[in-house]
Amino acid sequence: MSDKTFSDSVSASVAMAPAETARPGGAWALLVSELTVLFRRRRTWALLLALAAVPVLIAVAVRLSSQAPTTGRGPPFLDQVTQNGLFVAVTGLIVSIPLFLPLTVGVVAGDTIAGEAGLGTLRYLLAAPAGRVWLLVVKYIGAAVFCLAATFTVVTAGVLAGLALFPVGPLTLLSGDTISLAESFLRAVLIAGYVTVSLLGLSAIGLFFSTLTVVPVGAMAATIVLSVVAQVLDSLPQLDWLHPWLFSHYWLDFADLLRQPIDFTSFGTNALLQGGYLLVFGALAYGRFVTKDILS
Amino acid sequence: MTPATRAGELAIETRALTKRFGHQIAVDAIDLAVPLGSVFGFLGPNGSGKTTSIRVMLGLAAATSGEVSVLGESMPGRLARVLPQVGALVEGPAFYPFLSGAANLRRLDSADRAAPTRNRRARVDRALERVGLSNAAGKKVSAYSLGMKQRLGIANALLMPRRLLVLDEPTNGLDPQGTREVRALVRSLAGEGTTVFVSSHLLAEVEHMCTHAAIMSAGRLVAQGTLDELRAGEARVRVRTPDAAAAIRVLAGAGLVAELEPAPDGRGADRSSDADHWVSAPIELPRRGRAAPAEQGSSSAGGQLAEEDIVDALVAGGVRVRGFHVQDTSLEDRFVALTGEGFDVVR
Repeated sequence: MSDKTFSDSVSASVAMAPAETARPGGAWALLVSELTVLFRRRRTWALLLALAAVPVLIAVAVRLSSQAPTTGRGPPFLDQVTQNGLFVAVTGLIVSIPLFLPLTVGVVAGDTIAGEAGLGTLRYLLAAPAGRVWLLVVKYIGAAVFCLAATFTVVTAGVLAGLALFPVGPLTLLSGDTISLAESFLRAVLIAGYVTVSLLGLSAIGLFFSTLTVVPVGAMAATIVLSVVAQVLDSLPQLDWLHPWLFSHYWLDFADLLRQPIDFTSFGTNALLQGGYLLVFGALAYGRFVTKDILS
Repeated sequence: MTPATRAGELAIETRALTKRFGHQIAVDAIDLAVPLGSVFGFLGPNGSGKTTSIRVMLGLAAATSGEVSVLGESMPGRLARVLPQVGALVEGPAFYPFLSGAANLRRLDSADRAAPTRNRRARVDRALERVGLSNAAGKKVSAYSLGMKQRLGIANALLMPRRLLVLDEPTNGLDPQGTREVRALVRSLAGEGTTVFVSSHLLAEVEHMCTHAAIMSAGRLVAQGTLDELRAGEARVRVRTPDAAAAIRVLAGAGLVAELEPAPDGRGADRSSDADHWVSAPIELPRRGRAAPAEQGSSSAGGQLAEEDIVDALVAGGVRVRGFHVQDTSLEDRFVALTGEGFDVVR
């Protein structure tokens, strides 16, 4: 670099002077950036596309098959798909909940801190300084927004596939009542909200695992394995006493939202349980991350 | 360390800073004093604790014991106040490979609460321009070469006006042109009043850009001060002459222990009568460039001779002097003397 660059740099620093008077970006800038980066990643889109494929596959399979689905075989609500396409969304969610959704959430939540540590960007974020607590909060919000995006992807893809391939009209609920099309969309949104809340506990667990390692794949795998283990434990009658404490226990209990009037009891119980997991694993993640030496 | 550096304000100060990993001591009670406004070289072989010290200074790792203050504030207690004024490149650049260079800088800049959002793009563009990456700003970092990533890492440290820059091995992976550019950049930043703390294992680099330096070895701080202070000590006087034997005799008469240097091509000393040889001897000179009155012609016990007296003596002794110069101790000699020779990592 010669004289030219030197004068450039001097003028650059002069031009930078207004930076000091401009209003600081504040803490929210990092949240905006986190969400931008999350949804600019090809990986995120691949996960969402895979999720969208689940209801579409169900719809296409049912449409192409000559025999009508019989009650009691296949996933719940599958037999209703041919009568009302909106059930594609519900069936899609039910099929995705045990594995596909926890898988994608495990990938995103397990990657939160460990991914940054693995890339080495964690040290630059903290040297900026992002603040360790705020970074944890931002990362958790990012994972939670992904949960929302994931469930809404399944529901939206299901509704669209249902609209395209099956008759859609007023919906007959489990209670026998019939609701208008507009209200049935509202119910779909409610169910998506229920499933999103269901995944918040798992996201907190993933965040905690993510603070333990610099290998993101490890944290992802641990989170996903734990979600499977919880469901296995939930299926063993010998462990009845444990079931209400498992974060996966209420995952499929959104049928109450398909009754008239809507029964919010299960929604509340589930939200309380997920809040408990968020509190415990959030505290563990905080305890681990705030004192951790960043050596990656 | 001289009283002068102690008196000035310090950009970085550590007191008995120690960092242990299990039983291993990575940093062993170092007392570092980096004066404000200096370009400070932090030297040491690989694994001597440089990067660990930097991590502790930036609050990335906690000290096992001892204190650190940066820009007059204690760390990591006042981290949120200190770090926005510090630009850092720690243990190599690190970026999101799936984002472009500019997007990476915007991402890292958004983590700094003090950084205004309004002129973020402009500041990112300026930082990229400053390290010569404007043309690659839109390229994904996964397509960057090591040298380009290194430049991007330096650009990241320059996103905001900084009072202190901590650059860990800034010329790693750069070609000679890039190395020169970094040196010029550091000099221009220092000219603007920024304190620059550069860690390196490349001595030439430190000799080229630094005003002060410290030398680490196996976790301990073995020397620090201005470059002149570090280099102070023995110099060597070197004489190019075909009359090697006579030169050695004359120098011995002046109290200097001279020796014949082996020929550079490894042939050994060529004894043919007219070939040039280099004869050299360690010498302690009065500080040159300072007003120390040379004790004329005295070959006192310390061997305090003026250069011209040596030449006089050689010529008077019938030695055909074809070349003569006095070589200061290079930082390299000093470095090797303090940290030991050889490639083995000490720990």
